Amino acid sequence: MTELAWIDTTLSAARPQAIGALLRYFRDLDIAEEAFQEACLRALRLWPQNGPPRDPAAWLIFVGRNAAIDVVRRRGKERELPDEAVLSDLDDAEASLAERLDDAHYRDDILRLLFICCHPDLPATQQIPLALRIVSGLSVRQIARAFLVSESAMEQRITRAKSRIAAAGVPFEAPGPIERAERLAVVATMIYLVFNEGYSATGLEAPGRAPLCDEAIRLARLLLRLFPAEPEIMGLTALMLLQHARTAARLDADGAIVLMEDQDRSRWNAKMIAEGLALIDKAIRHLRPGPYQLQAAIAALHARAVRAEDTDWVQIDLLYATLEKIQPSPVVTLNRAVALSKVAGPEAALRLIEPLAPQLSGYFHFFGVKGAFLMQLGRNDEARTAFGRAIALASTPAEAAHIRSHLDRLAHDSAPAGATV
Amino acid sequence: MLYAILCYHSEDVVGSWTKEEDDAVMAKLAVVQEKLVREGRLGPVARLLPTTAATTLRKDREPPLVLDGPFAETKEQLLGFYLIEGESLDAVLDTAKELGKANPGGSYEIRPVGTFFPGPSAGAVAPGQSGEPKP
Repeated sequence: MTELAWIDTTLSAARPQAIGALLRYFRDLDIAEEAFQEACLRALRLWPQNGPPRDPAAWLIFVGRNAAIDVVRRRGKERELPDEAVLSDLDDAEASLAERLDDAHYRDDILRLLFICCHPDLPATQQIPLALRIVSGLSVRQIARAFLVSESAMEQRITRAKSRIAAAGVPFEAPGPIERAERLAVVATMIYLVFNEGYSATGLEAPGRAPLCDEAIRLARLLLRLFPAEPEIMGLTALMLLQHARTAARLDADGAIVLMEDQDRSRWNAKMIAEGLALIDKAIRHLRPGPYQLQAAIAALHARAVRAEDTDWVQIDLLYATLEKIQPSPVVTLNRAVALSKVAGPEAALRLIEPLAPQLSGYFHFFGVKGAFLMQLGRNDEARTAFGRAIALASTPAEAAHIRSHLDRLAHDSAPAGATV
Repeated sequence: MLYAILCYHSEDVVGSWTKEEDDAVMAKLAVVQEKLVREGRLGPVARLLPTTAATTLRKDREPPLVLDGPFAETKEQLLGFYLIEGESLDAVLDTAKELGKANPGGSYEIRPVGTFFPGPSAGAVAPGQSGEPKP
């Protein structure tokens, strides 16, 4: 790697910690970001001559803080100074650096930074870009590309999100244990949303969005290093690793979805799978199951199957049943039905999903799965109707194309008299 | 004398490498390793999974304490390591506890190995050589 590339990686790795600490000093996101920016510029100038500092994050915080104090002073001449209470942390600007860079602070700094990005006043469409901009440091252009909107529209979205946060006020006191656990749960949800933005992309969008998956995993690892004994954070990290491991096999050359049973498993990423499995192993020891751990355990059973026919559907069905209990949702039941169809046949599976019809009447996958069960039972006319509904509800051409391939098979199978599956 | 080279680096930085950057580093390392192989000097090489996958067994008490995360006690030093095959974390922890009984005090950090290269010359350099100079 060239020197510049090394500095670049170091700066982005130190970013969450540095901005988190600067936010604690200045209690203003814009000032914290500007301070970090300024510190990075100085790093680019000084590190090539002086060599990299031992603790890059501490260096950036120190330099950024000093730079921003200047900025705050300069601004004071242009407009009113912020409330003194807001800047109370500046009083002891002389306090020793060592004390300032206490590890315990880092933990809550980074959690706070992640947490304000998931402020309940912000819709998910703003939370994710904000986290990618502030915590991950992706450029507005990169984020705009991932979300298929123009750069100016994305700039506006992020600005709007920031002003909402400023208006709502950021919680700066160190959180108590219960509050910390709540923050962690909210942040975990946001990280999984980031992941799914990348993971759910198909077709031409997929390559542009794939980095979101890497970024989500990076954020989860960061969180896990701060909170190493949280089984749900282990579960979340494992879940994303195990899903992301299939990326190379998940989409065909045209970006259409390849079903798991048809994927070339030799293209799954063995290293990500190993890490995911190790994390689940750790999580299970805590005997505190949760939705992420259960989903990760399901993904692990898929990952462990060398061939599709080796999949342990009995275990998967049991895990979905547990997930249904702790996080009841028609979508979970629908997923369980797929496992049940492998264990007990399509008829039992169909019975399981029939009561879901009113709740899932607008859900593409419901009709896709229902059609598949009906097709397996040889109820071809009903299968056609279900597939027709699915195509009408498909949100991407890839989804519609996948259902059409079923319809083609039905047409093909019905041609010879009386043929069933 | 047989030496271990212990690799330290910032996990944040290495974890931020793209696949291309990572592959490039590994390719450059492979060149050096091949040379060592030719010279008959290369033993096993292991690249560990991230510290987030680590578990620590504190064996300075009975029963020993299992903690999530890597070992981070600067008062103690790395004195050696084992490579152990195990079905699950629990199985490896059992082994570690057994070893800990034989040698109480300190800790073991248990970390899954990501990439492992046994090293063709391991047999030539390794057996029974505890670092004593040959007569």
